[in-house]
Formats: sequence, C-alpha cells, structure tokens
Amino acid sequence: MRPFRYERATDAASALAGIAAPGATFLGGGTNLVDLMRLGVETPAVLVDVTRLPFCEIEDTDAGGLRIGAGVRNSDLAADPRVRTRFPALAEALLAGASGQLRNRATTGGNLLQRTRCPYFQDVTAVCNKREPGSGCSAREGEHRNHAILGWSEQCVATHPSDMAVPLAAFDAVVHVTGPDGERALPVEGFHRLPGAEPQRDTVLAPDELVVAVELPPLPAAARSTYRKVRERASFEFALVSVAAGLDIADGCVRQVRVALGGVAHKPWRAHTAEAALHGVPATEQSFRAAADAELAQAQPLRDNAWKIDLARDVLVRTLVELAG
Amino acid sequence: MASPELVEIALLVNGEEHRLEVDTRASLLDVLRERLGLTGGKKGCDHGQCGACTILLDGRRANACLALAVAHDDCEIVTIEGLAHPLQDAFVERDAFQCGYCTPGQICSAVGMLLELELGWPSHATADVAAEPTLGHDEIRERMSGNICRCGAYPNIVAAIEDVAS
Repeated sequence: MRPFRYERATDAASALAGIAAPGATFLGGGTNLVDLMRLGVETPAVLVDVTRLPFCEIEDTDAGGLRIGAGVRNSDLAADPRVRTRFPALAEALLAGASGQLRNRATTGGNLLQRTRCPYFQDVTAVCNKREPGSGCSAREGEHRNHAILGWSEQCVATHPSDMAVPLAAFDAVVHVTGPDGERALPVEGFHRLPGAEPQRDTVLAPDELVVAVELPPLPAAARSTYRKVRERASFEFALVSVAAGLDIADGCVRQVRVALGGVAHKPWRAHTAEAALHGVPATEQSFRAAADAELAQAQPLRDNAWKIDLARDVLVRTLVELAG
Repeated sequence: MASPELVEIALLVNGEEHRLEVDTRASLLDVLRERLGLTGGKKGCDHGQCGACTILLDGRRANACLALAVAHDDCEIVTIEGLAHPLQDAFVERDAFQCGYCTPGQICSAVGMLLELELGWPSHATADVAAEPTLGHDEIRERMSGNICRCGAYPNIVAAIEDVAS
C-alpha cells in the first residue's frame, strides 16, 4: 500500500479543507476503500477521516420523510424503526448486503460511493477504463456473465454493487452534498451515472464535494415495499439481479408504484417505463408482466449474460405479485 | 516511493491503554497481532470476507483487517483475549471447531451478534423486518454469514450459539 497522511475532520469545514490537498480522499467506514488500497486500485496521498463529523443522526423531516446523516452506519439505518415501518425495502436492502461486521462499519455516504466489484477493475494487472481511462475494457469480451444488461457503453460494462442505493433510487431519495462552492441537492437517480465515455466517474459528485445526508421524501408506496435479491449464495454475496419495489393499490388498481433494479447497470436502474405502464391499471400478474416486458425491451445483453434479462423480468414480476397479494 | 507516515497513537485494548507509533497503513489486526502480541484474532483473507479477524469495536463486531489502527485510537477494543463469555464454554461443549483457526473470530462475532439480537435488530432471515426477530437456526446462520469455517463446523457452531442464546 502506498504511504498516506491521515487526518481526522471534526466538521464539514475541516473536511473540505483537508480534501483540498492533492491526492486526498474521504475515509468513511473503510470497508471498500481500505480494501481497494490494499489491492493497489486506490492510491490516495491523504485520507480525510469523516466518521467523526456530526452527520450520524436519522431525523424526521417536516414533510414527513427522513433525513439520514451520511455517517449513519448501515446497521443502524437497517435497525431504525421508522425505516423498518415506513421504508421496509430500504431496511431489507441493507440487510441483504455484506455481513454483520461490515454493516457495523459501512456508512450511508460510503455505501453510495462504493466502487464496482468488476474483477477486472479490482485487478491492477488487467486493463480497465474505469481504473485507467483509455486503457480498454477487459470485461467487454471477457468474463462478463454478471455484468450490465442496461445502459452500458463500449468503454465499460460494470454494474453498481450497492443494495441500499436501489430502494433509494426507487423512492426518489435526494443526496445532500457540500463543497467549496456551497451546497447541492441531487436526486439519487441523477447522482450515479451511466458509464458513457467516462466510466472513471461513478457519480456526478466533484472530487472536493462531501456527502452530508440522504433525504427520503414521504411516499405512500414505500410503506408497502420490499427488496428481492437474487444471488449465487444465500448470504454475503452481491446481486445478480435485485428489485426494490413499492406498491399502493386502490380498488384493485395501481395508484402509485415505484420500481428500481440492481445488478443490471452502472447505476441503480429506476424502471420508469414499467412504472408508467402500471399507473392506474389493474394490479394483476398480467399487468406486471407487460410492464416488465416494456422496461426490459431496452436491455442489450452482452455475449454471455442474456439470461439476466429473463431473470430481471421474472424477479420484477414476482416482486410485484407478492406486494399485490 | 513516498516515505512511510508514522503517527503516535494510544489504543485501548481489553481495558488497557497502549501507546505506540504506527504506520498509517497498519491495520488494527496487524497492530494487535504483531505489536501487542494479541494473536487470537487471525488473518485469513485480509479483505473483510472471512471474519477470522473479528473483534469488538465500541461493543460492536467488526473486521480488524479493514480497520486502520490510526483511525481507531478513540475506540474501546475487545479481542478474544479480553473476553470471558459463556460462548467460549459452549464452543468447547459442542465441539464447535476442528482446526480452531476461525474460532476467535467466530466467538467475537457471535458475542456481537447476540447483542444485536438483544437490541431487536432484524436480519435478512427475518420474515417481517418491522417485527421483533425470534432466534432460530436460519437467523443464526444468516447473522453469522460473515464468518467462514473451512473445516465446516457450522452445525456445531450454530448449536453452541443457540445454547447460549436460549
């Protein structure tokens, strides 16, 4: 591991002062960053530890939603009674990720900013446009069974690994950030980006900006929501495909629906096409299947992962059927 | 190559304070094992995947391999050497190990897991996340999935934990 200087920030101002140094990176729980440093993928010159910043609370908002501090640990967020009752898919997604030990360290901000687990990205001897822009993509014609089926580019076919971000994208969550030019509020859906020609950029966050909170607006469909994750082991494994969905039904018809897919794209994939197809229609398996077909009509399989399209369709339908039942 | 950054820290381990100079790159696991002689916690994968290094940080289970020592000088650290818990007897009673390499991590993890259960935290195995979880084999296995045992002593590990929890 390359030597680095360690600094501990105590407030946003000292964190922003620290990050201004060349090669500086914020350190949260370290569950992904320290691992990537050990692998030689990340080589910061300075680590600015932001875990002591006063952003570790979950607060009710005046609007009836929740404001989650960036430093709130994944385990605390999943255990919060308000999350478990008002946004159950978020608690379920957090609990479907990592292990008990890792959830105790990983933070809300860090979870959003974790990097892809594409094996070529993590292997410094392989070419990877995300790690070394312009070097090529080993996965495009290589081992890509688990890679993207939606929104990928010739430069990068990696998927976003977060479970937590999938319900956040479905529920219109907003990321609050602060930087040298002031504060910004970015919808989670627009926070992560598709790879395009710049796969080195996972998000629209500037290198000197700090995530301070994630805000969940009040959402009736979220109260009846769930997260279904399909993976190759029963526990402690990343998603092949996952679905976060919330459904509000009135008189047998869909009044409000929110759907996002995980494990299928460079970002959590908000299923707008499926949502539009479902608005106001009878809450039946037939409707759900038509909506899933409409969403996945835009999917583009790689050589070896067309099976993920079928899997995504089935998991989406099954999840909505379960919520409607 | 930049030269190593050395920092003076004080670590509170098993109730005892240790002052030492560490490289900022040093993991808590390496400092505990190589500098303080606390070799109970093991280095298995060094990537947070196997759980052999599990310790308690401020009362919560954590992977010591992914924790930088320099970032934890204000935490209360407990290793297997600092534990006196019924789980240790239960592991012996139930023959919950073969080679023993993963055992300190398993026990520290189980101690943390039982505290989480006492607090009413749900898990992926909890049918309704809004409800209080009830302990059963599925809950124990799910909650212990961050600890791998390559001898495959899982049935006895689950039994030992269940003995203590009930």
